[in-house]
Amino acid sequence: MTSYRLGNAGSVNRGQPLTFTFDGKNYKGFEGDTLASGLLANDQMLMGRSFKYHRPRGPVTAGSSEPNALMTIGTGARSEPNVRATVAELYNGLTAVSQNRWPSLTFDVGAVNGLLSPMLGAGFYYKTFMWPAALWEKLYEPVIRRAAGLGKLAMQADPDRYEKSWAHCDLLVIGSGPTGLMAALAAGRAGARVILVDEGFRLGGSLLSESASIGGVSPADFAAAMIEELEALPNVTLMPRTTVFGWYDDMVFGAVERVQKHVGTPSPDLPMERLWRIAAKRAILATGSEERPLVFGGNDKPGVMTASAVRTYANRYGVAAGGKIAVFTNGGSGYRTAADLVAAGVDVTAIIDARAQSADAVPDNVRVIRNGAVVSTKGRKRLEALIAERSGFQEQIACDALAMAGGWSPIVHLMCQRGAKPVWSDEAQAFLAPDVGAAFIAAGSAAGQDRISACLKDGATKAVALARELGFAAYEMNIPEVEGEYDPAFAPIWYVPGARDKAFVDFQNDVAVSDLGLAQREGFRHIEHTKRYTTAGMATDQGKLGNVATIGIVAGMRGVSPAAIGTTTFRPFYTPVSFGALAGTSRSEHAAPVRTSPLHDWAKKNGATFVEAGLWHRSAWFPREGEKGWRDSVDREVKNVRRNAGLCDVSTLGKIEIFGKGAAEFLNRIYCNNFLKLPVGKARYGLMLREDGMIFDDGTTSRLSETHYVMTTTTAYAAEVMSHLEFASQTFWPELDVRFVSSTDQWAQMSLAGPKARAIISRVVEDDISDAAFPYLAAKPVTLRGGLKARLFRISFSGELAFELAVPAGYGEAVADALMEAGKDEGICAYGVEALNVLRIEKGFITHNEIDGRTTPDDLGYGRMLAMQKADFIGKRQSSRFGLTAADRMQLVGLKPVEVDKEFMAGAHLLKEGATPSMANDQGWVSSVCHSPTLGHVIGLAMLKSGRERYGEKIVVWDGLRGKEVAAAVCPPVFADPDNRKLQE
Amino acid sequence: MASLITCPHCGTRPKEEFSIRGTALGRPHPAVSEEDWHRYVYLRDNPKGRYQEYWHHAAGCRRWLVVDRDNVTHDVFGVTDAATFGRVGE
Amino acid sequence: MRYSAYSIIKQALSGNRLWTPAWREPEPKPHYDVIIVGGGGHGLSTAYYLAKEFGITNIAVLEKGYIGSGNVGRNTTIIRSNYLLEGNIPFYEFSLKLWEGLEQDFNYNAMVSQRGVMMLAHSDGQRDAYARRGNAMRMHGVDAELLDRKQLQTLMPYLNYDHARFPILAGLLQKRGGTVRHDAVAWGYARGADMRGVDIIQHCEVNAIRRDEQGRVTGVETNKGFIGCNKLALATAGHSSETARMAGLELPIETHVLQAFVSEGIKPVVDHVIVYGAGHFYISQSDKGGLVFGADIDYYSSYAQRGNLATVEHTMEEGVSLIPGLSRGKVLRAWGGVMDMSMDGSPIIDRTPIDNLYLNAGWCYGGFKATPASGFCFAHLIAKNESHHVSRFLRLDRFERGHMIDEAGKGPQPNIH
Repeated sequence: MTSYRLGNAGSVNRGQPLTFTFDGKNYKGFEGDTLASGLLANDQMLMGRSFKYHRPRGPVTAGSSEPNALMTIGTGARSEPNVRATVAELYNGLTAVSQNRWPSLTFDVGAVNGLLSPMLGAGFYYKTFMWPAALWEKLYEPVIRRAAGLGKLAMQADPDRYEKSWAHCDLLVIGSGPTGLMAALAAGRAGARVILVDEGFRLGGSLLSESASIGGVSPADFAAAMIEELEALPNVTLMPRTTVFGWYDDMVFGAVERVQKHVGTPSPDLPMERLWRIAAKRAILATGSEERPLVFGGNDKPGVMTASAVRTYANRYGVAAGGKIAVFTNGGSGYRTAADLVAAGVDVTAIIDARAQSADAVPDNVRVIRNGAVVSTKGRKRLEALIAERSGFQEQIACDALAMAGGWSPIVHLMCQRGAKPVWSDEAQAFLAPDVGAAFIAAGSAAGQDRISACLKDGATKAVALARELGFAAYEMNIPEVEGEYDPAFAPIWYVPGARDKAFVDFQNDVAVSDLGLAQREGFRHIEHTKRYTTAGMATDQGKLGNVATIGIVAGMRGVSPAAIGTTTFRPFYTPVSFGALAGTSRSEHAAPVRTSPLHDWAKKNGATFVEAGLWHRSAWFPREGEKGWRDSVDREVKNVRRNAGLCDVSTLGKIEIFGKGAAEFLNRIYCNNFLKLPVGKARYGLMLREDGMIFDDGTTSRLSETHYVMTTTTAYAAEVMSHLEFASQTFWPELDVRFVSSTDQWAQMSLAGPKARAIISRVVEDDISDAAFPYLAAKPVTLRGGLKARLFRISFSGELAFELAVPAGYGEAVADALMEAGKDEGICAYGVEALNVLRIEKGFITHNEIDGRTTPDDLGYGRMLAMQKADFIGKRQSSRFGLTAADRMQLVGLKPVEVDKEFMAGAHLLKEGATPSMANDQGWVSSVCHSPTLGHVIGLAMLKSGRERYGEKIVVWDGLRGKEVAAAVCPPVFADPDNRKLQE
Repeated sequence: MASLITCPHCGTRPKEEFSIRGTALGRPHPAVSEEDWHRYVYLRDNPKGRYQEYWHHAAGCRRWLVVDRDNVTHDVFGVTDAATFGRVGE
Repeated sequence: MRYSAYSIIKQALSGNRLWTPAWREPEPKPHYDVIIVGGGGHGLSTAYYLAKEFGITNIAVLEKGYIGSGNVGRNTTIIRSNYLLEGNIPFYEFSLKLWEGLEQDFNYNAMVSQRGVMMLAHSDGQRDAYARRGNAMRMHGVDAELLDRKQLQTLMPYLNYDHARFPILAGLLQKRGGTVRHDAVAWGYARGADMRGVDIIQHCEVNAIRRDEQGRVTGVETNKGFIGCNKLALATAGHSSETARMAGLELPIETHVLQAFVSEGIKPVVDHVIVYGAGHFYISQSDKGGLVFGADIDYYSSYAQRGNLATVEHTMEEGVSLIPGLSRGKVLRAWGGVMDMSMDGSPIIDRTPIDNLYLNAGWCYGGFKATPASGFCFAHLIAKNESHHVSRFLRLDRFERGHMIDEAGKGPQPNIH
């Protein structure tokens, strides 16, 4: 027997046994165990392999800084790699497998790397794998990639769900050890809203692991009593299994709650994890401190752990880390561990104390080697013995576990995430929390307090002060008496000289002291350089365990204080957080909301196929029986619109109601063309520019009354245009009386286009809509038969006689049905955005295919719209720059294939005949292409250098990407009805 | 600043409700020189430290605001409605 | 010391005790031909190419922190030349060609890995736009391929084809694009420059730029005293406005922060660089196994190298939407890079209106991939006083002339480029 379950120690629930598997083997544990304690109880010390040399490793800690005992938990889509066994809560049926080994954990071929370690030191890869050059990607890199990495991600869709929530409090207490519990209770009793958060599955922190008497009871019982009282306070929220991973601006903390990670069969009614954004007025960092490993030869053997870990396994989980445990210490922690082990009946073979003397109490019958050092360890997959040295004499001591106590580092990570650096204290021989202002303070051992009694007091005092600051009545806390606590003081020893084996500072990444030395010799002296060159501190524990030793050792090599070396940068996340928790519900189909038009159901029942357009689902085409593909449907729809009539849903276009006495003037400044004198009852096409003179968006704006306009925008730019109008109104011209309301969702809008449009719509509209009464560009409120008030616009995006009818959204479907019914005899059809696109290309109308943010009005043939005589409009002053007016700018043209059966595609470029493809010869590009059923061949719109001068020129449409080259003739961009006769009918 | 913004109209709201445009600059008079227009459209003081920036309470009151803040510490000194922010060139 | 198989074995046998520093730690001389402010990727590569290609070796690189402490050490390591516009393609392609020969050139393995960069299209319009871009690339002789959905399903089966909010329709692949070990780029250039006599002076902060009566730059005041120079070159992207201000220059730049992330190490699952077209998410996997990814900038001006939680969440939303299998992976670390966001989203390599002052700025979030060409072209400009032909469009006065290089077509609003 090496490690084993103690008879009666700890607080695991022995009445609740659990079964679990590791690498296919069955084990038994208890409720309250972690996976690591459960494995240790079954004498399974070997839990992982290191990253680079694949060395056998066991757990070093009993907490969240664990670098070695990483496993994959769960199976299939629920499997999760790189779980720290030291914090994973054991549950019935848990399955775990080891990682980064092949073929098995006990026999790992990758361990051969260890033999090559003299050549694989820090930064070795920067100096090698360069010969021959071609082999890096073909050979070296694939091999390195396969060997690297830790666990396997299943890469399957996650069957569980995640959610997010905000929480608000007066005081956030991070950590539920002695400091946190006292702080929470003090503030809670004073009446403050308190949230107490702890990463552990059981509140109590270090109290669960320590032996002492607090107010006459054990630390664990004391914690239980405190928690009971906290639970009873309605203003206190307790959040176990919750890790605060980040401190963000304005005292917002990011936290993740593991709601069901400890459950064998997750409930579908609960999230797997919940992300919390906690907005706190004040916060106390009560995260305690981390025990530092000692850096000595062979310090990575399975069985070598921090003393506090050994103590935690014994006192909390009732597990002896070994049958014969040695202690290597530089302070009181080692002695306390020895005492606790002896009390539990575990054999402690020796205490090796690096110091010459100390006042720490030595347990009876335990041998102490003072001024001693461990210089080597024996054993491969399990520690078998250590070599201790004193005064030049070496001695082998048999042991199967070694508790190392290297001093304490306050856990100040969160406080240093926003730029403040921790401050070295010679007195504490540690980096202490920086001063980050009064709202967020450290307390207890996170603030450098070292004893339980001091932590209790510090937590209470600081919480009372914060509560008072927030206006809560002062509450006097009684600090309970602590008896039997030990003195955790230590004398730092960064590196134990005389190492006969590799001495590791970063266990997971296999960074040894020799690597740090090499980095210094090679000039990587800044601690960030040392880190990046050696990878020390870059493993999944982010240097929680080893960084302070790294800094101390580098300081020693350089002969300076650790203060002169400083720390590397602390950044979120305190411990790794799942993508799932951070993503929450916004994923896959729910990645973004779906917008559907008020005519969606109308389109659906007419058989529409839908297409995503931004957030919208738009009707794309309406297939009919016998049609072989989308082209058949689209051709039919186009022809029918040109011959008879078609109804298209255009509700997705942005609609903005504009009110106010200043509206006319405002629009005149917003659009580059004139809007001041637009008459009531008329619509006008407008171009909006950006201040740099490029087109921003286009659309029609109609004047419904002296002080009321309705603007339409493109579907894509509706939100941007609304913001733009608000920006211009509120910041440029607040003196203009103008207000805006987006009404996109309030109106169902449909375009009825085609020669029979008037005949059809007149059956639905009561008003006179003859050409005389309702000419081209008329825009007026109308009444539908039956009394419904609507808006009618005589505007066209197809080149046909067309009306756009807008009705309140709820009436949309009924009105569309009525129009379809009214047009039945005229051969009406529903048409979608694909046909709409064909119609507009045939007519040479532009969309954001052409308006790509780099085009001016003149580029598109709208140069005359630039009303430069206006005193001001957005974009006016930058429009006349040379680059925007140069003669060789690309201009909108039409393209027809020279041979009508040849096709080209949007995205092709243009070349002069006979020119070789090159950037210098690039003449332009094709922006929109369709098959024109009207003309019977493909047509396109293109941007061509000096295009308007080149009508009639034969040009090459070059599509090297898709292996196509087609000759085309340059023509004006309007293919159908260039004289606009149909619009005026 | 980056987490919570106190809108003068709506109170303290999460950052997600806002969109951000850039340096708060007054638009010059339309008749000023080319150079002044160029400076307005393209050149930025871009100080490290105290900074005024246009934020839009897009998912709130729809008002454009000027957030006066420090772009190193992210402290906010004040948030005002942009309509009251001074204009230049007139 | 030249790195070779021989040197590694020899060193290994002698306990790795004889390796020499990769660069010296010299004290500044009173005067240099060229002072480069900024010991990041661009500054160091400028020094390297000045020394190697243009015969100027009396150079100091002044770095206020440690070399590589800026954006060369905090990016997502992507290299590519899949640009759209004439102003950019030749420049980035030149850069990619330099990447391809870099390791042999400077005798340092920066792990240039041409694993392919895939930009996904999620609508017909986007596919057309990528076709336009791919053809522009091909016109310039740059490799580009347009893959359809089926080909993508074979190549990247783990993408979200069946439950995507925005369907994956096509992808523009540049096979020669990929990743590079970012820190090694700074170190390789530093070592190469140092070997050629360049003084790399760390922890040397420039506090003022000294000019003579004619307004010409004559040197810089630093925390190590005055250092004179014939030519002063600024390569301080992220802080360009601050350094240019010392010479009285105002730039077309706002400073913004872009976050990037790395996951815990996992076995290889993502073999390419993938760019989500329905958002800004992009991802690759490092040789160590960490997934390296990012998305949007934080949108507000910031000189702080840290971001906010809302952007973190948004990044993960996009990531999990694109690759559902990421959900149970864990994110290890987030960091923020401070960037020059220029007014058209493209960089500046140019002389300034001030004599002897040269500017390399405005790299937005694309500076890393440009490192070799940026240094080469900047060195060319400094040495010859005229632009290298591939950087001839990247001029400071292009905004006044109306010759913006606006890849995104977003106009003069830096935070949306």
